[in-house]
Amino acid sequence: MATVQQPIIIDGRPLKEQLARAERRKKYVAFAMVLPLLLFILITFAIPIGSMLFRSVDNPRMITLAPQLTAELSEWDGQDMPPEEVFEAAVKDFKLAAEAGTLGRIATRVNYSMAGARSLIVKSKRKFKNVTEGPYREVMIKADKRWGELDTWKTLKKVSVPYTPVYFLNAIDRDLDGDGNIVKQPSEKRIYVKLFVRTLWIALLVTVLTLILGYPIAYLISTQPPRISNLLIIMVLLPFWTSLLVRTTSWIVLLQTQGVLNDLMVWMGVISDDGRIQMIYNLQGTLIAMTQILLPFMVLPMYSVMKTIPLSELRASQSLGANPFITFFRIFLPRSIPGIGAGGLLVFVVSVGYYITPALVGGAKGQMISNQIAFHMKSSLNWGLAAALGTILLVGVLVLYWLYDKVVGIDKMKLG
Amino acid sequence: MDKSAREAYVSFNNVQKSYDGVNLVVKDLKLDVQRGEFMTMLGPSGSGKTTCLMMLAGFETATSGDIILDGDAINDVPPWKRDIGIVFQNYALFPHMTVQENLAYPMQVRKVSKSDIEDRVKKALGMVQLDGFAGRRPGQLSGGQQQRVAVARALVFEPKLVLMDEPLGALDRQLREQMQYEIKHIHENLGVTVVYVTHDQAEALTMSNRVCVFDDGVVQQVAAPNILYEQPDNAFVAQFIGENNTFLATVKEKNGDQCVAQVDTGETLTALAINIGQSETKTTLSLRPERVTINPNAGEFKNVVSGKVKELIYLGDHIRTRLELCGQDNFIVKVQNAARHSHLLEGETVQVGWHIEDCRALDAL
Repeated sequence: MATVQQPIIIDGRPLKEQLARAERRKKYVAFAMVLPLLLFILITFAIPIGSMLFRSVDNPRMITLAPQLTAELSEWDGQDMPPEEVFEAAVKDFKLAAEAGTLGRIATRVNYSMAGARSLIVKSKRKFKNVTEGPYREVMIKADKRWGELDTWKTLKKVSVPYTPVYFLNAIDRDLDGDGNIVKQPSEKRIYVKLFVRTLWIALLVTVLTLILGYPIAYLISTQPPRISNLLIIMVLLPFWTSLLVRTTSWIVLLQTQGVLNDLMVWMGVISDDGRIQMIYNLQGTLIAMTQILLPFMVLPMYSVMKTIPLSELRASQSLGANPFITFFRIFLPRSIPGIGAGGLLVFVVSVGYYITPALVGGAKGQMISNQIAFHMKSSLNWGLAAALGTILLVGVLVLYWLYDKVVGIDKMKLG
Repeated sequence: MDKSAREAYVSFNNVQKSYDGVNLVVKDLKLDVQRGEFMTMLGPSGSGKTTCLMMLAGFETATSGDIILDGDAINDVPPWKRDIGIVFQNYALFPHMTVQENLAYPMQVRKVSKSDIEDRVKKALGMVQLDGFAGRRPGQLSGGQQQRVAVARALVFEPKLVLMDEPLGALDRQLREQMQYEIKHIHENLGVTVVYVTHDQAEALTMSNRVCVFDDGVVQQVAAPNILYEQPDNAFVAQFIGENNTFLATVKEKNGDQCVAQVDTGETLTALAINIGQSETKTTLSLRPERVTINPNAGEFKNVVSGKVKELIYLGDHIRTRLELCGQDNFIVKVQNAARHSHLLEGETVQVGWHIEDCRALDAL
């Protein structure tokens, strides 16, 4: 029978419409309830991250502070020495900037790409003061002969574009040469790739160390009766209730060459007074402190997974003839993998971006990429490079997350 | 039966168990299980039956006494060397392994050759009618199918003994009944010795060769299902197995295997003297509802009393009749819905009678 179903009409309106009206109110209420959180996340998280991603390629300073020069440089082909108009624009812009007090910022920006550019520009400023007419080219070369070099102008052209890949190239130890080719930085400036590798290595080591140390603890807690397991969990969490700074500095007290541990070993005669061991302000110090601080992040997800493995499965395994050793490797360990995955990912991601601890106990050899990002944010004020380093870190973590999903499966992860 | 077959295959010799050093959970247990027998431990929760099973499996240690399996004391043998298959209450299948891997597991740890494992897994799956499910994981099976896998896994390595700890508790009624028959048939076909724990008396009666009734850590009676039902040794067993009418009475006179007892309202009843003390001590008279006749012919029964019909419940094949007699108002009679059954009315006064052999004088509760 091919009857067309009539829409049900109630009070002159189709049922579908009435349902939608009834549901809409609910949706508005639900949306209104999450709105504060949504706004909070948008303002404090999404917008700053977006702005950081943008800043890693954004290059507005020359365009706003030296508009004439930027315009002239963009017309210059960059092959031979620039024409007179470029020199004229440079002198005029520098003079205007000097009057507005913004020349220092121009100098800083150029200095990122050319060592010594800051002093060159500041020095030249004084000599341009009374220049009112051309030929500007001669005036500039007289002020400093570097203005007569093609590379100087190529650098200026390079820093005057609105969007630049240079920050990203710098962040992986590369640079653009005058002709726009990607080249390696001089060897003394190649630090970031090494630092990224070291950061990943430290994060991996910390993950493995917390796993080795945390697994037995998690197992112990999961097998105890509630009274004891609660006490043990409180002991695992106790460090959480202490300030991170306090914990890190107490490691300094313990590990430094004149510290508690060295004193103890000298007193016991294990080492001589001259042979005190350097255990902090190096890679080792960073590893020890970070492992201790991040241990709870590993223990808790593993514990929450192990707790759900029923005793009867382990008993079943034993009754089927498997001794405790086989039972552990064939039943308990595979069943606890979701916890290992969750804890491992958590510890790895947190340690990749770790900052305070390496800054305090890392010395030179124990620094991580976050310390360089902080340096560029606070000291060198090269925010573009800081943003590029941060973006690479973010993308790297996302790639690892994606890999984890492919290999282990994110649905297997369990945080409790 | 010859002597060797009568010799116990599993025995508990004066086994005691205490968890806290104050209370005994199992008190001086003596129990023999024959080779090939289906023995059920039946009792209310907390009666110690599961503890006995766990001691047999090796997950609990006996505080004192010996547990013998096939001639050897196994008190000090660890669970993985006992060669006992267990079906757990929640199945305890390994969720990260397929059905095939679950069944192969006990043989892999015993280093059985690969082709042998494959054959035996196939045979075991056939036995529980799950051919074609080898590649599934336990999570993809229904409760009944998981149950079958658990049974197959406990049997596949040909253990000396199979223990089942309330294995059907999680299934719905219909499936539970079906599984009862299946497990019973598997037991009959393989001739394996089974010790089964349950608190469901119907399940115990359906499946077992013998049932061991537990209460408060003490064995109350060990007997075949029909004996247990028809000839309970004490008031607890009579109450626990099936429906039962009881009178609290005082022993007046003991004549050989019979006795005369007087209920509080004055009527005197004659019953089999099973488990009573001296004259003037209290006794519980126990009588099955289906052994009572309403309005009997004169002289047919020694015990005849009059009662008042309080309630009639129509149940199809029989009418459950509640009477008030001898001072208590919950005396139940099952009146068969047969061709010439008497039609009763609520409020009517009737005579009821029963044979002396059907009424047992037991210990006072």
